[in-house]
Amino acid sequence: MSDSNWTTDFLNQLNSDITIAQIDNPSTILWQIETIHWQRFAEIALQEKLRWVAGWAEQQGTQFFIHACFEKQGTYILLRTVSDEQRPSIRSQATVYPAANRSERHTQDMFGINFIGHPDNRRWTRHQAWPEDAFPLRKDFPVQGAPEAITPPDMHYPFVKSYGAGVYEIPVGPVHAGIIEPGHFRFQAVGELILNLEERLGYVHKGIEKIAEGRSPEALARLAGRVSGDTTVGHCWAACRAMEYAADVEIPPRAALIRGILAERERVANHLGDMGAICNDVAFIFAQMQFTRLREQWLRTNAKVFKHRLLMDKIVPGGVACDVSESSQALIKQDIVQLRKELADIMLAVDLSTTLEDRLYTAGYLSPELAAAYGTLGYVARASGQDFDVRRDATYAPYDQVTFKIPVESQGDIASRFWVRHKEINVALKLLEQFIDLLTPGELLTAWKTPLAGREGLGIVEGWRGEIVTYLRFDADNRIARYYTRDPSILNWPALEKLVLNNIVPDFPVCNKSLNGSYSGNDL
Amino acid sequence: MFNIIKKTLTTGVVTERFKTPSDADLEQLGIEIKRHIDKNFYGSIAIRAVDAGSCNGCELEIHALNNPYYDIERFGIHFVASPRHADVLLVTGPVSRHMQTALLRTYEATPNPKWVVAVGDCAACGGEFGVSYASCGAVSSVIPVDMVIAGCPPTPLALLSGLLGLMKK
Ligand code: SF4
Repeated sequence: MSDSNWTTDFLNQLNSDITIAQIDNPSTILWQIETIHWQRFAEIALQEKLRWVAGWAEQQGTQFFIHACFEKQGTYILLRTVSDEQRPSIRSQATVYPAANRSERHTQDMFGINFIGHPDNRRWTRHQAWPEDAFPLRKDFPVQGAPEAITPPDMHYPFVKSYGAGVYEIPVGPVHAGIIEPGHFRFQAVGELILNLEERLGYVHKGIEKIAEGRSPEALARLAGRVSGDTTVGHCWAACRAMEYAADVEIPPRAALIRGILAERERVANHLGDMGAICNDVAFIFAQMQFTRLREQWLRTNAKVFKHRLLMDKIVPGGVACDVSESSQALIKQDIVQLRKELADIMLAVDLSTTLEDRLYTAGYLSPELAAAYGTLGYVARASGQDFDVRRDATYAPYDQVTFKIPVESQGDIASRFWVRHKEINVALKLLEQFIDLLTPGELLTAWKTPLAGREGLGIVEGWRGEIVTYLRFDADNRIARYYTRDPSILNWPALEKLVLNNIVPDFPVCNKSLNGSYSGNDL
Repeated sequence: MFNIIKKTLTTGVVTERFKTPSDADLEQLGIEIKRHIDKNFYGSIAIRAVDAGSCNGCELEIHALNNPYYDIERFGIHFVASPRHADVLLVTGPVSRHMQTALLRTYEATPNPKWVVAVGDCAACGGEFGVSYASCGAVSSVIPVDMVIAGCPPTPLALLSGLLGLMKK
């Protein structure tokens, strides 16, 4: 790729300050630096307009490997440093990149790694299920831990306070009023206006990273498919890509096309559901009923063709566990024609609705600057002018065989996020047609090869919420030594705290829905 | 204004037309549920859904019960915003340890008589997540469970027939 130019320039620039060891890796550019340069690297990266993508750590023997991933023009750099200390201390990158904030707090809670100068080093993932001086992702921490019979609530989390005449607080959750995942929101408001919002997540922390260790590739794929149920295809695909890199397995072309079909079907199903829910949150029930009806039809076709409404466990290491017969291809195509026609009718009514105009335009505004600073992803980013999509910019099979548009808007409000999703449905429908046309008879699965112990892989795909980054390493005997996945929600959630400011409290649900972060994908 | 009224009228018609398709099995099942609800709860039950640690897959299918195809409310089954208004708790997920107290408190806040339905394989037995430092596993390890609706996630039809099973108890 021509854009690899920037890595050479960047490397030259770094070399005056920082010694970089380039390590051979099949899935990415991998650079190792000394711990002392961790923050300096981030400073130069920011100057060079690299995007901060993800961060995680890993214990190997007595050493800690600390990782951060960056991206520019579709080229990713995996940065690593290794610490021999028992309680490593490392300068925070969150001081440079706000996007790194919660990730470093997660690493601090799970590994006991101290990030020096972190702007907010309160606990994040840890509530009260394990003590402050225990670190679940360390090797000496047993998977069962030592929990109390009843884990107490996290009563004394130091929320930000505000004082002054007329300022009041609204605590919401973890159990919310709707059929929705648990999390806590703490509002400070004056009259109807939101002055500040603080999210407290981590309630559905299920220890996914820990229970991934020791799994077989198939069992890891199943677990990845349950990181966030609405993104079962996305996470499963990212995990399988990472495992396939590590094992040097190439999937058959037909399997790649079917993966693409699964992913685009997942995108359409979620956008339909969320567009309906956004309308519902501003009491435009007509659209809610229409969209949920269309979603149901879509899921019924999933059930017919793939034997699962949400498409779980269809992507497996080495390929796919399903096929798309000719009659299924015809059914999918027929569905698409029907959906286009119905969407056209509904969107006309939506477009003319003054309710939606009044409630969705200008509400929940996220500026392009903030969208970039927080490293937001997917439709949240693309509605605020961030022109990035893994499918196009770091393309992979089957997206490398087709041309397609990535819709981008710059208004940054709820309406913009709504319309970007509508456009993404149209793009997805075209992609589905193209993938079906490209299908030729062939294998669905490549035989698995046990990777050497220590092999690692980085799997990156564009899920329906945006870029998913999965890192993993194999141990001996085909067992997983480390699994980390960064759902796009992890970077989008903090943007919600910003985009609700100066909106009215009753608009919070629709602001939230327009972003729709996954709690489960965030909490792991 | 005329445009709005016109659009609203068109909207109404479209909704009607789309509500008609119905699955014969579903009809039969729903009507049976309705009979049992009539007997036990004088025509309606109130459900409070509690996600105690799910991956959110189960929530998607519970949501689907409210779409025009299943329209669960026509059988007198409706979802409420507070456990204090509920007859039934529909609990999903393995119970994460961070949600354990919240689930216990929700259970306590639900007035008697009450039923607990564990929805999904995770709620039934811990599913893919099992028991760990972060997960209590099955819902029954935290609060008494009256019935289980298995599946990962259970389909809306499985949810409907599960609720029927509960009413028959
Ligand atoms: S049963 Fe399946 S869909 Fe439901 S919470 Fe568990 S993993 Fe998710």
